[in-house]
Amino acid sequence: MTTWTRVCAVDDLVPDRGAAALVDGHQVAIFRLSDSGAIHAVDHLDPFSHANVMARGLVGSRLGTPTVASPMHKQSFDLVTGQCLDDPAVSLQVWPTRVADGWVEVGSAAA
Amino acid sequence: MTSAVPTVHDMTTEQALPAEQPGPAKKKLAVVGAGMVAHRLVEALVERGADQSWDIEVFGDETRPPYDRVALTSFFSDRDPEDLLLGDGSLWRRPGVRLYRGSVVSRIDREARQVHARSTTFDYDKLVLATGSYATVPPVSGSDLPGCFVYRTVDDVAELRQWVLDREAALGRKVKGAVVGGGLLGLEAAGALTALGADTTVVEFAEWLMPLQVDRAGGGALRRIIEQMGVSVRTSTATSRLKAGRDGKVSRLQFADGEKIAADVVVFATGVRPRDELARDSGLEVGERGGVVADPGCLTSDESIYAIGEVAQIAGRVWGLVGPGYTMAEVVADRLLGGTATFEGADLSTKLKLLGVDVASFGDAFAATNGSLEVVYADPTAGVYKKLVMSDDAQTLLGGMLVGDASAYTNLRPMVGRALGSDPTGWLLPEGMEPPSGSALPDDATVCSCNNVTAGQVRCAVTDEGCTDLAGVKACTKAGTSCGSCVSLVKKLVDVQLSEAGIEVSNALCEHFAFTRAQLFDIVRVSEISTFSELVAQHGTGHGCDICRPVAASILSSLGKGHVLDGENAALQDTNDHVMANLQKDGTYSVVPRIPGGEVTPEGLIVIGQVAADYGLYTKITGGQRIDLFGARIEQLPGIWKRLVDAGFESGHAYGKSLRTVKSCVGQSWCRYGVQDSTTLAIDLELRYRGLRSPHKLKLGVSGCARECAEARGKDVGIIATDQGWNMYVGGNGGFTPRHAQLFAEDLTTEELVRAIDRFLMYYVRTADRLQRTAPWLESVEGGIDAVRAVVLEDSLGIAADLDAAMEAHVGAYEDEWAATLADEKKLQRFASFVNAPETPDPDLVYVEERGQRRPADEAERAVLIAGASLPVRPKEVLA
Ligand code: SRM
Ligand SMILES: Cc1cc2nc3c(=O)[nH]c(=O)nc-3n(C[C@H](O)[C@H](O)[C@H](O)COP(=O)(O)OP(=O)(O)OC[C@H]3O[C@@H](n4cnc5c(N)ncnc54)[C@H](O)[C@@H]3O)c2cc1C
Ligand code: SF4
Ligand code: FES
Repeated sequence: MTTWTRVCAVDDLVPDRGAAALVDGHQVAIFRLSDSGAIHAVDHLDPFSHANVMARGLVGSRLGTPTVASPMHKQSFDLVTGQCLDDPAVSLQVWPTRVADGWVEVGSAAA
Repeated sequence: MTSAVPTVHDMTTEQALPAEQPGPAKKKLAVVGAGMVAHRLVEALVERGADQSWDIEVFGDETRPPYDRVALTSFFSDRDPEDLLLGDGSLWRRPGVRLYRGSVVSRIDREARQVHARSTTFDYDKLVLATGSYATVPPVSGSDLPGCFVYRTVDDVAELRQWVLDREAALGRKVKGAVVGGGLLGLEAAGALTALGADTTVVEFAEWLMPLQVDRAGGGALRRIIEQMGVSVRTSTATSRLKAGRDGKVSRLQFADGEKIAADVVVFATGVRPRDELARDSGLEVGERGGVVADPGCLTSDESIYAIGEVAQIAGRVWGLVGPGYTMAEVVADRLLGGTATFEGADLSTKLKLLGVDVASFGDAFAATNGSLEVVYADPTAGVYKKLVMSDDAQTLLGGMLVGDASAYTNLRPMVGRALGSDPTGWLLPEGMEPPSGSALPDDATVCSCNNVTAGQVRCAVTDEGCTDLAGVKACTKAGTSCGSCVSLVKKLVDVQLSEAGIEVSNALCEHFAFTRAQLFDIVRVSEISTFSELVAQHGTGHGCDICRPVAASILSSLGKGHVLDGENAALQDTNDHVMANLQKDGTYSVVPRIPGGEVTPEGLIVIGQVAADYGLYTKITGGQRIDLFGARIEQLPGIWKRLVDAGFESGHAYGKSLRTVKSCVGQSWCRYGVQDSTTLAIDLELRYRGLRSPHKLKLGVSGCARECAEARGKDVGIIATDQGWNMYVGGNGGFTPRHAQLFAEDLTTEELVRAIDRFLMYYVRTADRLQRTAPWLESVEGGIDAVRAVVLEDSLGIAADLDAAMEAHVGAYEDEWAATLADEKKLQRFASFVNAPETPDPDLVYVEERGQRRPADEAERAVLIAGASLPVRPKEVLA
């Protein structure tokens, strides 16, 4: 079962700029895209540098896929699947998100 | 076949997943030797999906994963050995591929189909020998003395370098070096020794240098050029013994003719020999002069064993270049997948830059073909010797050699076996012939001999594989990825093909903009555009990326279209610009207040010290004459800056592609030699250009006299005081390729100087490419520094007034970004550590103490500190 954590108001998210949130003890990076309005959440931990920085990466697109680039060494990740586009062996965990009453909620699997 | 994971004791292994996997049984491939050719083999297998049917185990006795041996000498230009590694390492992390490093294969048991490495045996179904060569040492007495080296591995060159540095320190004088062997490798080693500061002598047994590649006349030309560089050359000289000094280290070389020379270090570059001992011991057929005999399918006398690379002898010879080795690797990859590819010999052309001298030889360079004619062009004063070998009717190019100027090589080599046109001598003249346009080259001409890629394959990559730029073609065909000498030709072919296909040749910034930075700059300048979304909607596609977003941000800012962090611009900035601090490896930031000209009051120092102490920041004096405070968490930045701004400090833009510092010496105000007030000028300039966004960072320097204590000539703009005024230098650069600034204008008044710098910087800001500093920019501008001088001092383009106005606008609009941010509640929100817990520190940060300050814990320290194990990490202790 998924439990939903309310993290912030939709308007607290600057379009195309990430924000970090604590969800159930995990550090999650949340992005709101300016074109589609979609909200994506992935691990905040950069698997390459092992620093908690993904929310501070630049949002963009590669051939239509929305991406975020690690601010540390610039590897790009698919925001939808979490897959690293520069190294097939690496990916970020993707977290489900939803909007309820103007609030952004992030889902985590309850034990 | 055993499926158990072997117990590997003292070997370093790199592998991602456990080997146990259900499913159809995979066959086992053992690759002995982990060099360049082994790497290509595994790469080729993985590319073709062979890792689905084969478990691949690679054994290498070196401690590093396969690296680029061809580029070994670049180790001396301070390159990190890591940079030499082939590929990005992900190959070795794939399931089904396993690399054992530091692991010597000591025996092959052909009966049992097993290899022995250290104390373990590994089964195989097929085995590939790729053990390469070892460097030979001539059998003269003393050749094993301390201070004698060969030149084959990263460890060899690292030890050589250390030895030279240590000897120089111990002897307190220049080191004397000798290289035995005047061939290709010997000259490369001589270049390395010279670069290390040694007085070097090359000793060659033959009558001239590089006897395998060039003829007597070419060798003579080469010798003259090399001697002019201060390297001594002795030809027709046999080394008879080496002698040690009193300390037991090598000190002298004795020659067969009785003469001797002093030498504190000796490098042997007398040849290589295939490492075929494993094959010999296991009874495989080995050639008379070494090399494991293999057929054109690279199969040895045992049908389960292949041999590839420098260890293999195919078609009666050993192929000592990486190109043929790569072809063999492709052949074996194909065979392992059931194919029938064969190795049909290879092009042994070479082009090298030895000690900065171009040497190339290709095709039938020694005119061995019956009736062949030689066309020679020689200019001894310029140190140039060029020769073409033509067929007896002077029509067809058979080969050639080029010494001193090998610029014609890339165009000539693919023409071997083809008609050169009416006047072959035209190709040899200094200006060269108009090279054949990319489209004239026949499809079957090899353009990249390292990777055996033809002109047709390059064209195909564009037309059939959809590659749209050089990078794509390189990735797809591998052309140009080894020695790099063919890149200019490959690029030409790609460009021609693209424009023929109606695709505009791309200087595009990235997939979102088909413009260069300079073009985008002009678009924004002449339009009303002031946001990224307008720009991408009107002139681009998609959603932008980490390349074009910061470029757009910089352009908008250079043109004064709003605060870099206002509105939508905020989303364009790299994290450094976004939070106005520099990201560190653990995700914290550094803080650098501006200290113009390096001048700081005691009160200012006390504030900085107090802030650092209160926040526990690591402090260090930077190379830019100011103070850096490291380890600030994102949520701490506003508090830190509030205190700094209150004390009169402002942003130092250490994070921006913008002005960093104007370095200054103390100058006339204190120094007894100073002829002008360098400190005041430096401060004025720093305040004038602070905050100016540019294609890359900018640094200036001002020295108060020609003693140059501010190292101004290492800066983008350097100013040196004269009795009459100021001399202005431009285009100085540190970094990977340091460049001294060149004299731009002399004896300027302060007013003239400021105007010249204004225009120079604005012109650079407008026209340079993304991340192009002033040195490479000056090189790229048509007409070079003279053209820029004409624009700046004589207004040759009629844009001077425009440039002046742009700089005035910048100066007038400057405000301190940090002060502005602190005054804006909305902007302060971005410094929250977590949206739902804005003040909570990142719980994963761990620090240790070192020399009275703290630094991020490394992996090992973290493991201990987090696990709370009892292993002592003294004298360090946890701070956070
Ligand atoms: C702090 C400092 C080293 C120090 O402890 O002294 C430093 C630190 C960094 N340098 Fe530097 N450089 C520092 C002086 C220099 C100097 C010396 C100088 O300025 O006199 C040079 C050579 C001179 C030059 O620039 O031509 C220098 C050449 C570089 C380069 C190579 C630039 C090039 O043109 O190739 C880079 C890489 C880059 O900018 O792309 C770089 C990049 C960096 C970065 C920004 C790397 C990064 O992205 O993390 C470092 C981060 C700074 C930080 O976190 O605060 N740093 N760096 C120095 C800060 C000076 C300052 O007060 O602003
Ligand atoms: C300084 C220098 C410059 C060069 N420049 C050029 C150039 O410009 N152009 C060019 O084409 N070629 C050049 N070469 C030659 C090129 O490097 C070789 O042709 C190429 O490396 C051959 O590849 P290989 O895989 O066959 O052998 P290697 O790259 O030598 O790899 C063999 C590997 O196997 C290991 N090994 C051997 N025996 C065992 C064992 N029993 N157990 C485990 N491991 C073992 C070795 O230690 C080595 O790491 C240059 C070489 C040097 C040294
Ligand atoms: S401070 Fe400069 S030289 Fe030192 S590691 Fe960082 S970038 Fe490299
Ligand atoms: S010829 Fe060496 S990389 Fe192409």
